[in-house]
Amino acid sequence: MEYTTAKFTKDMKRTHTILVPNMAPLQFKLMKAAMEREGYRVELLGNCGEQVAQLGLKYVHNDTCYPALLVIGQFLDALNSGRYDLDHTALLITQTGGGCRASNYIHLLRKALYKAGYKQVPVASLNFSGLEKDSGFQMTLPLARMLIAAVLYGDLLMALRNQTAPYEDEKGAAEALTDTWIAALSKQFRAGKGYSAPEMKRTFPVIAKEFAAIPKTHTPKVKVGVVGEIYVKYSPLGNNNLEEFLASQDCEVNLPGLLGFVQYCCFNMSETVRLYGGSKLEELAPELLLRWLDGLEKALCGALKDAGYHAPAPFSVLRTLPDGIIGMGNKMGEGWLLTAEMIELVQSGYENIVCAQPFGCLPNHICGKGMVGKIRALYPQANITPIDYDPSATRVNQENRIKLMLAVGRERLESGGEAVPHEENPFYGQAPQISSAAPV
Amino acid sequence: MRVGLDIGSTTIKCAVLDDQDNLVFHTYERHYSHIVEKARELLLRVVREAIPAATAKLAISGSAGMGLAQSCGVPFVQEVFSTRVAATRLCPDTDVIIELGGEDAKILFLSGGTEVRMNGSCAGGTGAFIDQMATLLKMGADEMDAAAQKAEKTYTIASRCGVFAKSDIQPLINQGARAEDIAASIYQAVVNQTIAGLAQGRPIKGKVLYLGGPLTFSTVLRQSFDRTLEVTGTCPENSLLFVALGAALYADQEFNLPQLADRLEQYSAQADYASQPPLFKSKQEYDEFHARHLKASVPHRPFGPDVGPVHIGIDSGSTTVKLVVIDDEANLLFTSYQPNLGNPVPLIREVLQKLYAAHPGLQVASATATGYGEELVKQAFGADFGVVETVAHFTAARHFMPEVDFIIDIGGQDMKCFKIADGAISDIFLNEACSSGCGSFLQTFAQALGYDVKEFAALGLFADRPVDLGSRCTVFMNSSVKQAQKDGATVENISAGLSISVVKNALYKVIRASRPEELGRNIVVQGGTFYNEAVLRAFEQEMGVEVIRPDIAGLMGAFGAALYGKGLVGTGHASALLGPADLENFTQQVKNVQCGLCGNHCQLTVNLFPGGKKLISGNRCERPVTGRAAADSLNLYEYKQQLLAAYQPGSGTRGRIGIPLALNMYELLPFWHAFFTSLGFAVVTSPVSSRELYQSGQGTIPSDTACFPAKMAHGHIHALAQMGLDAIFYPCMTYNVDEGLGQNHYNCPVVAYYPEVIAGNCPELEGTKFIYDYVGIHRRKDFVVHMTAILAKYFAGISKAEVAAATDAAWAEYERHMAQVRAKGAEIIKQARAEGKRIVVLAGRPYHVDPEVNHGIDKLICRHGAAVVTEDSVSWLQEKFATTVLNQWTYHSRLYAAAKYCTTQPDMELVQLVSFGCGLDAITTDETREILHDGGKLYTQLKIDEITNLGAVNIRLRSLFAALDEKQRNHPGKQ
Repeated sequence: MEYTTAKFTKDMKRTHTILVPNMAPLQFKLMKAAMEREGYRVELLGNCGEQVAQLGLKYVHNDTCYPALLVIGQFLDALNSGRYDLDHTALLITQTGGGCRASNYIHLLRKALYKAGYKQVPVASLNFSGLEKDSGFQMTLPLARMLIAAVLYGDLLMALRNQTAPYEDEKGAAEALTDTWIAALSKQFRAGKGYSAPEMKRTFPVIAKEFAAIPKTHTPKVKVGVVGEIYVKYSPLGNNNLEEFLASQDCEVNLPGLLGFVQYCCFNMSETVRLYGGSKLEELAPELLLRWLDGLEKALCGALKDAGYHAPAPFSVLRTLPDGIIGMGNKMGEGWLLTAEMIELVQSGYENIVCAQPFGCLPNHICGKGMVGKIRALYPQANITPIDYDPSATRVNQENRIKLMLAVGRERLESGGEAVPHEENPFYGQAPQISSAAPV
Repeated sequence: MRVGLDIGSTTIKCAVLDDQDNLVFHTYERHYSHIVEKARELLLRVVREAIPAATAKLAISGSAGMGLAQSCGVPFVQEVFSTRVAATRLCPDTDVIIELGGEDAKILFLSGGTEVRMNGSCAGGTGAFIDQMATLLKMGADEMDAAAQKAEKTYTIASRCGVFAKSDIQPLINQGARAEDIAASIYQAVVNQTIAGLAQGRPIKGKVLYLGGPLTFSTVLRQSFDRTLEVTGTCPENSLLFVALGAALYADQEFNLPQLADRLEQYSAQADYASQPPLFKSKQEYDEFHARHLKASVPHRPFGPDVGPVHIGIDSGSTTVKLVVIDDEANLLFTSYQPNLGNPVPLIREVLQKLYAAHPGLQVASATATGYGEELVKQAFGADFGVVETVAHFTAARHFMPEVDFIIDIGGQDMKCFKIADGAISDIFLNEACSSGCGSFLQTFAQALGYDVKEFAALGLFADRPVDLGSRCTVFMNSSVKQAQKDGATVENISAGLSISVVKNALYKVIRASRPEELGRNIVVQGGTFYNEAVLRAFEQEMGVEVIRPDIAGLMGAFGAALYGKGLVGTGHASALLGPADLENFTQQVKNVQCGLCGNHCQLTVNLFPGGKKLISGNRCERPVTGRAAADSLNLYEYKQQLLAAYQPGSGTRGRIGIPLALNMYELLPFWHAFFTSLGFAVVTSPVSSRELYQSGQGTIPSDTACFPAKMAHGHIHALAQMGLDAIFYPCMTYNVDEGLGQNHYNCPVVAYYPEVIAGNCPELEGTKFIYDYVGIHRRKDFVVHMTAILAKYFAGISKAEVAAATDAAWAEYERHMAQVRAKGAEIIKQARAEGKRIVVLAGRPYHVDPEVNHGIDKLICRHGAAVVTEDSVSWLQEKFATTVLNQWTYHSRLYAAAKYCTTQPDMELVQLVSFGCGLDAITTDETREILHDGGKLYTQLKIDEITNLGAVNIRLRSLFAALDEKQRNHPGKQ
């Protein structure tokens, strides 16, 4: 059956409000400002609650992954709410174009809209892979640059907030400062400012210093890293407010940034050529982009470090970490990046890790659960717990398993077994020593 | 003094230690979800009996204790951690602890790298699972252990999930297998599950400690672990209390216990849970609803001596036996509805005897059997006809409401829904093993909460805030109900929530409907579950429609069978049903034998009845029944197996290289065999899959929810690793061959990267050269360059020219292989057409050819008189076309193309094989269904897993064929 839903045309830019699911709260708020600068009217969806998942279950095949159920349920819930003029509302969804079923979300969404009687609501695709070429929503260079800036600023703020909040003397100070910066940066973006490389390089240290100035008391805390399928990793709706739960358990949380995923997607384009063949241009263009991103990333990490914070390993290091553990050709879903992030976290002292995935997530059978054994063999201190998210998985079960991981982590902390103190950062800027001979 | 409280999912445990760490007080009891009250009571008892001073150090542990501890400010210790604390103190030389609890299973490795493992959210093999299975056997836990001690053999039972296990056990019970053997099989299943799911390849050796309820109470379970692990484990003193002891040892904060008990009293649950609108807003609304449904009844007539010839319908279902007697005008004379208690035969005999006694001279014109026990009833009692249950239900509904266009039947264990168009079934939906939200599901919960099922359902009618319990499987539902109880939901609201979840499960998971228009205008609901007014109301509410529920909703199968028989016989027909005298002398003898006619060694259950009649069940082919192999059947699956088996190792000069016959190798074996043979290797393939092969690799599977074909790969690797080969080749392949049918040509993530999982988790590969590089055969020229470089890493002196030649040979062989498959497919289709046979495209992926994966479904279809071809034998006949979804996986592109092609062939039907856990199939099934529907074809999906109950598959297939027959009768000339 052909599910003809409306196309997003160029005119709709003026006439339609675009609804966007809020995957990574900080980064997406800035992305909204970036799109507004381009003339789109954008609204981030914040609606949550039981009915979101219920609507998803009603309109999407129930064995489809949880993020699809949630995102589609959230859209439908918003359209049902009566808050939007249905003839002037459009939806935006991301599409990676990879071999994972996530590339099909947009089609499932259209099917669901059709079935729910919202044929007039157009869906646009946000992607960097040239899918949906006939859509009126097209990536332009200024938009792409601003979106990347949104990712960088968002990652920086997320890292600063997560490393400050657990230790702040006055509860809520870091959160408040984050909000202030989001508002200030959004304003700048809307004015077409703040997103150029020099501006970012100037602003990063300013932000970091302000966070550093928040009064803190450093008591040792259990440090937890979160990796996983991208939606359930970041979205509180997807992971039952995981960050909040971990904070309530007196932990310091480290969510590796969204920039890594952007770099990973870029890298995969050239790696595909290296592995299977293709033109030099296809191989080199993404590498050039990566090099440009390297500069920005260096500024971001530098700002963190200079202000006394832990900075994540840069992508140039990240891409060397899976050597001997998982192949760099593993590019579906989060692929090798997920494995690399786990290693990076373990190496930098975040050895307690929640690996979050939707129930039955195909890529994570391999790069998540499938690699835990290998990582543990190389880093016995790695304390990884895979957690499945699903409309019916109970929170109690999930939290109980996380608590087991935390109990082990806390015991180590108390016995002084933690490998790396907070301030030190021995792996930054240098390749770690892992044997490159594959254990075959 | 120190107190440890362990509140688990089903029991509450308490341990009190004095200052010298002596255990001075302990309890172990079930809490029936009254957690707060029990905890309070226990604290006061501890003070009374052990701690007169009233203050002590306290810590709480256990999955159900988490919220409680938090709310009253008592330190919480995670239970696995707590176990470890206790074990380190009490049994310091322990190497491994295996602990099974109510809903959790754990393994703790203490020596050689401490590691704690706990089952994921979806895993059976726990106490609740054993309880559930014991209920199924109508035994208590002790009785089951006692029975298992007398076992003579074990059957294979899936224990990954209680629902799966149930579908394995129910047929065994129905076939009359010994309860003792089933009991022992259940324990063995738990052992396999624990080891495979939790140890994940890490060996369990040394001093093993058994803890927790099931391992403490069941000797057989401990023996099964001992035998399987080849260890002698010990179940220490206080094995039930380790968590509580650990909590006590961990406790370092002093509490006044009576004060704490007071605080608990004040802590009443907030009734803070997700709820949905009530079923009825007012009593008046209910009364109107009730009155409306009273109107739907079938004509009854007194069963007097003047009724004339009668027709009997017997529906022998999985949990109940229904019998209906009607007269020649289809008036209802007599009905009977009973639980089947394992064996339906004595029950039916009794009912028939009573019937004959009450109505001397009864003229039985026809007797028709339907349901799971159809064959058994036919053989035992000489019923004239058998009819597949879907048709029986349709016949009944149509009699009741001629214009019916949608029927939903929710029975004890099955759910059947069909759409009717032009007087024939146009679409069939049956529940899968893993979504059994049916009648027995409500019953189980009613019992668990201490109610009779009717009483329990009625409670929900006027619930003010029904709990939102989601619509997934029973295992999840269990913990959702527990969660709701903890959150303070009343029994009324839980009952209503469960009824609503049954409906949601049917609508969204089984039927996949989102709007009432998708169902139809004239809906008949039937099956015993719809006697439950809460379910009935929830259905109408959820879909916003009014439906018809016949007053004989639970008897529609039997009624339909009687009508079916009545339709087939003319006047004056006398049924062959056993008469009073035959029933008097009736005997049933059950024998279990292992078939020795081929390598499958099926466990056969043979029922013997008077007059030399017998029924053989448990067989996968016709040989034990007919005594000879099936004639050369039109089966492309078999042909493919033969083709693959022909790839034998040559005499290689460069060494021996192994290829696991798993996943995509089922298609690419010809390619790689030719490739490496051309390079001078002897290419050895792993043996054909079998149950044993699977089990040999089961221990190294890291993700239990991956699909079965992927998990099977572990066994193949294990087998190859034993062969002393020079290398094993199993490459990662992001891309598949591009056949031009889709927008891309990916492999699915699991097929593409499973070699990574193998490399990361199979210790037996140590010392073997395992080649799992990323390879792209889709770029033929580049492949030569890249493959030369890859091979150079492992072997010296393979030149690019050699690789180029090998690549040509590989492609030639691959193309020859595919051409052979296509040619044979065309031949089978031609022959089937000549013989007037139906053609079934059994569409899966290449690895569904594996007999251990497809469970002989191909042969089953052939037994129904149809020819079987594969999806790749017809997909190439179809031009590329636009699909609704992104068409980006090679194997699935074939599926869509095959479906499309079927719509152009009147005598061709597509049956889709879906592996449980295949995430891509969540997308492909809907798409395939739509392609077929748009072309006016029926869609049939068969979901298969590690173990598959072919009984359910058979019903689906028979329903398909019956619907096709009906269609053909209505529209002769076209199908």
